[in-house]
Amino acid sequence: MVTATEVGGAATSPPLTFRSRLRRSVGPDTDGYFFVLPTVIIVFCLIIYPFGLAVWYSVSNAFIGEETHFIGLENFQYIIFEDDIFMLTVRNTLLFAAISVVVKVVLGLLCAMLLLRILKLRRFLRGAMLLPFVAPTALTTLAWWLILDPTYSHINWLFEHAWPFSLFDMGPYNFLGEPTLALSSVIFVNIWRGLPFFIITILAGLVSIPDHLYEAADIDGASTMDKFWKITLPLLRPVLAVIILFSTIFTLADFNIVYVLTRGGPMNETHLFATYSFTAGVLNHEIGLGAAIALFLFPIMVLTVIFLLRLVRRDSEYEL
Amino acid sequence: MATIKLQDLWKHYGEVQAVRGINLDIAHNEFVALVGPSGCGKTTTLRMIAGLEDITGGMVQIGDRVVNEVPPKDRDIAMVFQNYALYPHMSVYQNMSFGLRIRKTSKEEIDRRVQNAADILNIGELLERRPKQLSGGQRQRVAMGRAIVRDPVVFLFDEPLSNLDAKLRVQMRTEIKKIHQRVQTTVVYVTHDQIEAMTLADRIVVMNNGVIEQVGTPDEMYSNPRTHFVASFIGSPSMNFTPCNLTKTAGGLAVRLNDDISLPVPEERAARYASYADKEMIFGIRPEHVTERRQHANGAQQDIDANVNVLEPMGIDTMVFFSLGPTEICARAEPSAVSNVGESMGFTVNMDKMHLIDPSTDAVV
Ligand SMILES: Nc1ncnc2c1ncn2[C@@H]1O[C@H](COP(=O)(O)OP(=O)(O)OP(=O)(O)O)[C@@H](O)[C@H]1O
Ligand SMILES: [Mg+2]
Repeated sequence: MVTATEVGGAATSPPLTFRSRLRRSVGPDTDGYFFVLPTVIIVFCLIIYPFGLAVWYSVSNAFIGEETHFIGLENFQYIIFEDDIFMLTVRNTLLFAAISVVVKVVLGLLCAMLLLRILKLRRFLRGAMLLPFVAPTALTTLAWWLILDPTYSHINWLFEHAWPFSLFDMGPYNFLGEPTLALSSVIFVNIWRGLPFFIITILAGLVSIPDHLYEAADIDGASTMDKFWKITLPLLRPVLAVIILFSTIFTLADFNIVYVLTRGGPMNETHLFATYSFTAGVLNHEIGLGAAIALFLFPIMVLTVIFLLRLVRRDSEYEL
Repeated sequence: MATIKLQDLWKHYGEVQAVRGINLDIAHNEFVALVGPSGCGKTTTLRMIAGLEDITGGMVQIGDRVVNEVPPKDRDIAMVFQNYALYPHMSVYQNMSFGLRIRKTSKEEIDRRVQNAADILNIGELLERRPKQLSGGQRQRVAMGRAIVRDPVVFLFDEPLSNLDAKLRVQMRTEIKKIHQRVQTTVVYVTHDQIEAMTLADRIVVMNNGVIEQVGTPDEMYSNPRTHFVASFIGSPSMNFTPCNLTKTAGGLAVRLNDDISLPVPEERAARYASYADKEMIFGIRPEHVTERRQHANGAQQDIDANVNVLEPMGIDTMVFFSLGPTEICARAEPSAVSNVGESMGFTVNMDKMHLIDPSTDAVV
């Protein structure tokens, strides 16, 4: 509130206190700023400061145990023009994110629609489906590592001994040792892990679409496919856009699965930004290089986010 | 030809019997209103005609075709839902043309039909808007527009006006009537508002507890209700009922309401009521047939006096409540002729319009 004295009576007003000066410059609700202060501090310490540090490292020759000097864009020059592994990493990351997000959307939609219709064992199935999501990633990925390991692989054992697989002369496959198979395995485990999040979110979206819209469509003569493409999908678009956004960000920055399954191998063929940056910066002590690699992800993410956010915002303004 | 025939139609939801053996024939281009209290099975019946609900027993026939197993999309019907069920992500134009686009109608034809419907409904300016940007009345029109453009053989309405305020409801009621006159089709119209049913329908179907109580023109329903329920449901304010004894008198029969008041039954009804003589019956008379003291047109009018309990002025008439034995009777009187509350007033009862109900069967005799 602007009081009369503040507006007109400058001559009679008492000297300005800190609070009233603050109020002048930032508006009436100064208390609000104190409430957000803890968050601001935390964000600064945990996000802004490390980010700034990473930017500084990326333009320096930081190496563990040695003095750090500014070297301009040398690190970037090196990774872009001379580092073959980095190019592989870029390719892997984009493939990894694109394939796993697309597959997760498609499978997520399918499973969610199935779960919506299933009446028996409904609670059990919905709960069971969440398991890959709630179990610790490092642990479940270890299990996958065991399943895919060339020596102990359960899958290879099945191919050899279990009917009907044994009829075909399949395997044994070196799931983690052969570049294409290794990347496929990593993508597969990522999908396995991320799918529940898609299913549960899409399911929530599906539940919120009122039945009467489908009944109206029935009467308008829509087939099942019409209803899916013209009602379900458009109404799910806000939900889909948000989970695609989240999933893309987390998949682009994924670390656990690759690190546990392949450590970027074989021959650095399956590195993602996160694992390659970790290898360069922490394992090889070249912190500057690691920071440059990690930072390279930043513009990619920003572009993805802008693109996806525009997709969400574009006329999704309607109520159910 | 879009006739509708319902034959011994049943619907169970588990233990609940929502519809219990309905028989109904609806003629081509007839406007039929289904009325009844909440939960009586109106919506369920309508949804079975639409094909949105499985039929437990019986038969639904549209035209010459039994449609029990025909999915809604192949029944050539259109339905206006109570909450309109407009597609929130589509513009008004897209909403209205959805069914036509599904059927791969040509673009020009779609345009022509939507424009035509928009003209009828006066929503030409709204075609680019989303449902969210419309008022309740406008949404209602769009929902009707979506049905009209399809040019179906049968129109189904499920309480289309119940989400509107009172004034708009009256206005839309007239609109619907006009539209039906322009767009001739068979209409089944569900409502729990009997005035809506009376004003719109060619024939009214009164339902109660999953069965049809009576079918007839609005006039028939009003003047010749066949059951206690219909008598009480049709008409506003509703009919007065009071227990009575049908006594034999020297001149014929009389309705004996209490020790003081005995109203002679008109002669031409005496034969009809003869078998109920000396029985406990329920006497029914509409408020508009209990008026301030008037000159008698024939021998059927009877005068009574009573103290006024409550007055409800309605403008054109005033509703006067007075006690008659154990019940309170509502009369409809000329405002200038009304006494003050607590004072005595003379009334004239038009016994030509009386109804007599047998409490053991609830039938109007
Ligand atoms: N899906 C359902 N499952 C179980 N019972 C139902 C279902 N739908 C309706 N019923 C029951 O069937 C009966 C008839 O319902 P219906 O919706 O036809 O009533 P209505 O006449 O349309 O009432 P209203 O005027 O309140 O809309 C009610 O007793 C209701 O509880
Ligand atoms: Mg209903």
